[in-house]
Amino acid sequence: MLQAKAGQFFSSGHTNNWAVLVCTSRFWFNYRHVANTLSVYRSVKRLGIPDSHIVLMLADDMACNHRNPKPATVFSHKNMELNVYGDDVEVDYRGYEVTVENFLRVLTGRLPPSTPRSKRLLSDDHSNILIYLTGHGGNGFLKFQDSEEISNVELADAFEQMWTKRRYNELLFIIDTCQGASMYERFYSPNLMALASSQVGEDSLSHQPDLAIGVHLMDRYTFYLLEFLEDIHPASTANMNDLFKVCPKSQCVSTPGHRTDLFLRDPGNVLITDFFGSVRKVEITMETINLTAPMVKVTSHIKCYREELTVLSSRTKG
Amino acid sequence: FLLGLRHRGRLAALAIAVVVIAVGVPLWWKTTETYRAWLPVTQINQLAQLQLQLSVEVEVVFSRGTLTAEHQKKIDPTHTRLEEHPVDETTVLSYRYETRYRTATIMEEDALNQPTAAETDESLHLLSESPCGSVVIYVVPESTTLLPEGVSVYVGQRRTALLRAGRPMRVGVGLKEVLAHLETQVQQVLKVMSFSHSDITAALSDRVRLDYSSREGLADSMRAFKSSPGYEITFSLLNPDPKSHHLHWDIEAAVQSYIQPLLSKLAPVADFSLDSQILYYAVLGVNPRFDPSLNAYTLNADSLSHVINPVEARLGSSAASSNPVLNFLLYVPDARHSPLYITDHRKYTVVSNAFSSPRWGGIMVYNVNGTELPVHINIDMTRVMGVFLAQLRLMLGVQSSTPPPGFLVGPCGPAGLADWELDRLLWSRSVENVATATTTITSLAQLLDQIGNIVINDNIAEQVSAAVASLQLAVGQLEAGNLGLALQYSKEAILHSERAFFDPSLLHLLYFPDDQKFAIYIPLFLPMCVPILLSLLKMAAEARQRRRERQDKKE
Repeated sequence: MLQAKAGQFFSSGHTNNWAVLVCTSRFWFNYRHVANTLSVYRSVKRLGIPDSHIVLMLADDMACNHRNPKPATVFSHKNMELNVYGDDVEVDYRGYEVTVENFLRVLTGRLPPSTPRSKRLLSDDHSNILIYLTGHGGNGFLKFQDSEEISNVELADAFEQMWTKRRYNELLFIIDTCQGASMYERFYSPNLMALASSQVGEDSLSHQPDLAIGVHLMDRYTFYLLEFLEDIHPASTANMNDLFKVCPKSQCVSTPGHRTDLFLRDPGNVLITDFFGSVRKVEITMETINLTAPMVKVTSHIKCYREELTVLSSRTKG
Repeated sequence: FLLGLRHRGRLAALAIAVVVIAVGVPLWWKTTETYRAWLPVTQINQLAQLQLQLSVEVEVVFSRGTLTAEHQKKIDPTHTRLEEHPVDETTVLSYRYETRYRTATIMEEDALNQPTAAETDESLHLLSESPCGSVVIYVVPESTTLLPEGVSVYVGQRRTALLRAGRPMRVGVGLKEVLAHLETQVQQVLKVMSFSHSDITAALSDRVRLDYSSREGLADSMRAFKSSPGYEITFSLLNPDPKSHHLHWDIEAAVQSYIQPLLSKLAPVADFSLDSQILYYAVLGVNPRFDPSLNAYTLNADSLSHVINPVEARLGSSAASSNPVLNFLLYVPDARHSPLYITDHRKYTVVSNAFSSPRWGGIMVYNVNGTELPVHINIDMTRVMGVFLAQLRLMLGVQSSTPPPGFLVGPCGPAGLADWELDRLLWSRSVENVATATTTITSLAQLLDQIGNIVINDNIAEQVSAAVASLQLAVGQLEAGNLGLALQYSKEAILHSERAFFDPSLLHLLYFPDDQKFAIYIPLFLPMCVPILLSLLKMAAEARQRRRERQDKKE
């Protein structure tokens, strides 16, 4: 039986999943980038990754923007079918906290000691990490907050630093920006797989505007990615080759690209849930310890406290 | 007058050129360079070549009847064995076993005359306490009644083992054969009580990318948490049906009686912080199926993987530390789904009714039966803690591999951890810490070398030097055989190296491709340099012309 269980371990080598989802644009007309990120967030949560393992960075607040005719909602589809904002969104880095420096600090782990747990990427050598970036980009860079940019060389260096400190087992990098493929050109660390929504020289286009809200709601690539992920459930066996087929040129207008040469496993053997979900490995406990010593009596402070309370309450009654 | 003016012009141009080159260029160079404190690079490069020697002190005590008087006189009281195992190009492991032979004292003989092995173990312990990392083996005669039939080795709670003398111990056999046979048996015992080569190479997994020959080895390495300075343990009671079940658990007393002794014994390894909570209306995410043959609800092993995620969102953890968290959940099924059993792949129910997830924690299902609702239950903490303690041991890396045939392992003692199990953990943790710290330091040095515009502050250089010093001390203590000190130094090394590597100031300045650098400098320096360059060229042309005139004049 141990063989069978070990067989399950053997296939992917990871014990936990993390996700870093970043939206880098601000201003109301970039509504679609926030909707992109939130739809990936929603899929990832639905498939099992808990909030404590997701670092969500949103550069602007669309749901509570005063130009939003439907406050507290972020829609992904016209006719307002799907509200990706949901009931429990936990944004870890919001507004002006989304900077290149903070993003690199999260990836490399070089955060000030006072940073709380929810803002850290506490991955280890058996973590599979999903990184999703969206915003406005160009050939070799991605724009943050309309004021600074991150280059593909810096990103590749950050991943190399993660690798040398064994901060990931496998990493899936998805980017939905114009000329997105340029961002994964410079990667050189092992076990990285990358997908982009468009090649160098092409623009990624948005899907459809909603006349009531007044802006484009989502980008094409992420729209079809969301449609694909809605069909995935925690026990699904869809693999990465299916993900590469998402949004062909006929639907996306741009040509999505992917890069798998640095990845050790064959993409056909990699399940979607290896990155988007959090399927735990489980072992039955076969041994127990026979405890014979009796329990010690603990003089609890709580007992004294309760006594005080009863005394007080009896006084107030009378 | 005009000549004087031109002369002054020439002097001015020359002066500016001199100032720019002699003062300006060095000033610009100095102010745009990044501050990099000195790092002990040679020592770091030396650390890249890791040569670890682990020394174990073994004492072999011969009781009456195991060694003839002749052999006793001829035997060499000390014996050292050295094993070398090169792991890869940069790592070499060597094990040194220092064995001392002696005969048992009268008091030890009395202790060995006890009726059972467990009592013998207890009385032997009262006589002397072995230091951390050492092993004492008592050789008892073949006809002894201490060990049951078919058992050749009894491993006690502390650091002693009882070894049944084999056939060659009889009279007429040469001393060499006796010692050779004994040596093989002692080696087997040491593999169980101290470390085996595979344990140590598994601990080096940070340095050496291992090719797992056994799937069990891979499962073992993924189950236990990596070495960390601290761990947080949380016990949670999940009550999905508070209307029917009024649960009471005395968690403080249970933790104090059963968990705290283990954690106190593990204090040299790491710090532990404990807390507990009760969650109401918390359900498992999977619907159990009703099994008519058992007349109960069952959760199959395959569906267990989906149980943890919906619960995890509600567990919470302390925001202050980044230490790994171990969660232990006690789930009392609701009245509609009682009783609930966990079944394995072969559809048999599991005795413990519990399962664990590697590097996360464990879940136990506790069935209550009561006819009248609401039921008041006092949870049997002894049974619950028995399961949680076993799971905790696995999570922390106390390996429970099956001992080789002929071995009988005694109960683990009041703390839930035998001394030799602690030693095993200390060996693998020390080696793991040393390997991790060396990898961190060498990769930090490599990184700082590669990326030229990272600022290296003085405090980082201090941490790196401290880490290097602690590492050298740790390696030295491992060689000397002082396991406790070695672990302490290795922990210090980890602390300093992690602090150095993850220092927030080590973020490199923005990357500037060459064309951007030119784009910044050209508008600043070109307008200034062009007139100077032109006037220098003009001066050079004039000087050449004057020299030609003078030559013409001469001729």
